[in-house]
Amino acid sequence: MNNRLRVLRAERNWSQGDLAERLDVSRQSVNAIETGRYDPSLPLAFKIAELFDLAIEQVFTSPSKETPQ
Amino acid sequence: MSCHPRTRAFRRYNIRVIWLSLGYAAAILFATYAFRHHLLSGAIVYLIAVLPALPIIGMFVAMGRYITEETDEYQRLLLTRQMLWATGFALSVATVWGFLQAYDLIERVDGYWVVVLWYFGLGLGSVANAVIERRAA
Repeated sequence: MNNRLRVLRAERNWSQGDLAERLDVSRQSVNAIETGRYDPSLPLAFKIAELFDLAIEQVFTSPSKETPQ
Repeated sequence: MSCHPRTRAFRRYNIRVIWLSLGYAAAILFATYAFRHHLLSGAIVYLIAVLPALPIIGMFVAMGRYITEETDEYQRLLLTRQMLWATGFALSVATVWGFLQAYDLIERVDGYWVVVLWYFGLGLGSVANAVIERRAA
């Protein structure tokens, strides 16, 4: 699932470790989500969106709306 | 485990494994000594024989508890994948070995070696996780 996590993080000058600490997950997890290797659960997706004060769909792209590569 | 997450749950898991390892070392030394020197008789021999198995069973429980206590869902996924590799590997080798043994083509081995296979499988799972991580990086 595509997402804007890397951009949102960069806008705040946060490292992956900073974001991981704020979300109470490992840096490895942040990296996996950012690179689309892992789709977070709904509670974690909400936590991420709330951290950036955005709606979920402003952070994550719905798979049905993703353009085929 | 491959990922070494520095979470509270993982630290608790590590502490449990250290205690269980010490318990295993003590149990195996005691049981081996007792049987080698014929110190036991009666029904207690069964209890002492299974004594070293208890900390190993405890390690499985510790791993199960770690999965339930780990709040980092991605780490849970990595460990679950590792355990699937371990289980698939151990069962596959045990099945092949079992048939070869059934037809007397190879010598019989003690059943507890399946645990060694399972832990080796965890190592394979760890490699699989690393390959997937690297490929995606």
